[in-house]
Amino acid sequence: MKLLIQHGRLVDPASKTDEEFDILIEDGKISKVDKNIKNIDARLINAKDCIVVPGLVDMHVHFREPGREDVETIIGGSKVAAKSGYTSVCTMPNTNPVIDNQALVRYIKKQAESGPINVYPVAAITKGSMGEELAEMGELIEGGAIAFSDDGKPVMNSTTMRRALEYSRMFNVPIITHAEDITLSGGGIMNEGNNSIFLGLKGIPREAEEIMIARDVLLTRLTKGRLHVAHVSSKGSLDIIAMAKRSNIQVTCETAPHYFSLTDDAIADHLSMAKMNPPLRTEEDRKAIIEGLRNGVIEVIATDHAPHLPNEKMQEIAFAPFGIIGLETAVPLIITILVKENGFSFLDAFEKVTINPCRILGIDRGYIKEGAVADITIINPDKKITVDEKFIISRCKNTPFMGRELFGLVEYTICNGTIVYPFS
Amino acid sequence: MSGLQRKDLLDIQSLTTEEILLICNSAKYFKALFTRSIKTVPILRGKTVCLLFYEPSTRTRISFELAAKRLSADLINIAVQTSSVVKGESLIDTVHTLEAYKADFIVMRHAASLAPHFLSRNIKSSVINAGDGNHAHPTQALLDAYSLMEKVGDIQGLHIGIVGDILHSRVARSDIEIFKRLGAKVSLIGPPTLVPDEFRMYGVDIYYEFDEILPNLDVINMLRIQRERQQGSFFPSIREYHKRFALTNDRLKRCKKDVIVMHPGPINRGIEIDDDVADSAHSIINEQVTNGVAVRMAIFYLLAGGTPLDEKEVE
Repeated sequence: MKLLIQHGRLVDPASKTDEEFDILIEDGKISKVDKNIKNIDARLINAKDCIVVPGLVDMHVHFREPGREDVETIIGGSKVAAKSGYTSVCTMPNTNPVIDNQALVRYIKKQAESGPINVYPVAAITKGSMGEELAEMGELIEGGAIAFSDDGKPVMNSTTMRRALEYSRMFNVPIITHAEDITLSGGGIMNEGNNSIFLGLKGIPREAEEIMIARDVLLTRLTKGRLHVAHVSSKGSLDIIAMAKRSNIQVTCETAPHYFSLTDDAIADHLSMAKMNPPLRTEEDRKAIIEGLRNGVIEVIATDHAPHLPNEKMQEIAFAPFGIIGLETAVPLIITILVKENGFSFLDAFEKVTINPCRILGIDRGYIKEGAVADITIINPDKKITVDEKFIISRCKNTPFMGRELFGLVEYTICNGTIVYPFS
Repeated sequence: MSGLQRKDLLDIQSLTTEEILLICNSAKYFKALFTRSIKTVPILRGKTVCLLFYEPSTRTRISFELAAKRLSADLINIAVQTSSVVKGESLIDTVHTLEAYKADFIVMRHAASLAPHFLSRNIKSSVINAGDGNHAHPTQALLDAYSLMEKVGDIQGLHIGIVGDILHSRVARSDIEIFKRLGAKVSLIGPPTLVPDEFRMYGVDIYYEFDEILPNLDVINMLRIQRERQQGSFFPSIREYHKRFALTNDRLKRCKKDVIVMHPGPINRGIEIDDDVADSAHSIINEQVTNGVAVRMAIFYLLAGGTPLDEKEVE
């Protein structure tokens, strides 16, 4: 099937192109990028008033399969991702069982085969993510693992983390750190600060995150490994990462849309719906995250999409699990908060969800040019959406953005040359 | 002005100063009933009050129970140990059950901060917070304010010291808010581990040396210190804590001669407060307990739509 995208504004961060171009897609590839392409047998897609960007990449999602298929599945999550403009996602390994052997990596890939988008499994650093013995990294890579992480918990043992950074150099993949000193954060519910004192909720000091990032950066220096820091939430974390980059330590990092959109003020209003780990911080941190995205210290925006069933979240905030869904609100928040409120160009905003994660992970996607795989997302940035029960198609609706009006509607998602959203 | 224009009483922050004064003023009339031989009035006849206690409590539960009974309400008493909650029923489900019983008031004590706020958003009944985690204990704060007003008339300009484990105290948070709102100067006294700097946002002063501020205080509100804080390394030993922060007989001698001593109870004699200090003429600890019933009667009355009282109406 041929597709011809017409009248759209091509925004390709990899080539820094931001100009009106038509795009012709044939046999799953981009066959032509040019002005006023004429093709009589292609299906036409009118992208007037829209930006046409490479298919979005989310390097941090939780699809809960295997183990909690009642919450979300690989296919179900993939559909939500397609609706949200994503053509590639990386699933985190903290499932039940933890993805720590080759068979499990293959299982995830197998499950994803009949889904609409590309799924890249991240495998565990340690067996069972217990933080002690290394998982069989070579086997996991052969099975198709894209990176390693014990996400959900830190590798508390510094020697184990050292070995992981060292051993994984063979495969040239990043170790993704969930940076949290649990001896400092344990039992905490929200950011430690005025709001936690006021609400009488146990705080999680930002230092729990920053200490671990500092340790991991130093271990990366020691081992010459590759470190990617997941879900950065605090200003201090960015200071440490910026310092590491100046010293040419191989470190990259991601933040999530909620960290540039909300502060811990949201807890009083949204209770457990605003409970995630790391927690929402202060306005100073939120501003620093936006600056970090602007100056490039933060390369990636990942959602940390974490579905939880209503009855799990509808509890006393202390008992409810951490995490919010993030896929469906990602594009609207990027456009509303970064582009419209903070003056980001589309190029600067969308490199964080296209070429940058692909470069970190070694995925040959995330750009638009002739010959490339046809992963393309078409977004109307001026269309208003309301985050409500109808807008959220995910069966889990755990989001603090419920009721918010935002800009940015995903009109089409094309993956490997096929329209995967709107659903056929 | 009519009664409280609100469904719930969750914290001091959400009350207006007028509402605080209305509650305290109304409490006065209910307290007057306590000297009569028949102490009940039919104000809540036909209404159902449910006490839902997820945490052990003696004085607060009994105080609410007595307040409801003196107003002639029907009472359901649910303590967590004897209910289906131990079988793992969620708060939401428990509450829907109570709603099916048509409880008009739910008085809730819970170890998790904000649990009553969560409850109040999901139920039509009036929710009264009887203490949530470290967050708030508004009825205690109201009875503390009332007790001080009763003793000295006006709280405005008083210098009130709150001493001890401020960090883990819902009483401290609610007291700070109500005392500040009513124009008092509030100082917090304790070690930095239990009095984090963030408390300065309330507009209070912080002292690590009790003896330094002692002679300036008009009121000293002592908080209960829990032994398990020692395990959390908040202080090294009860012995050292007592030496630095207990209200001892010796310290009392260095206070203003008409200093008022308060304690929300239950007291640890010999730990945060010495025996003879607790029983001295300065102490209003027992009066606080009596006033608690009157204040809670006033809260029930006003939440049920009662209008401001004058002497005659209670007669």
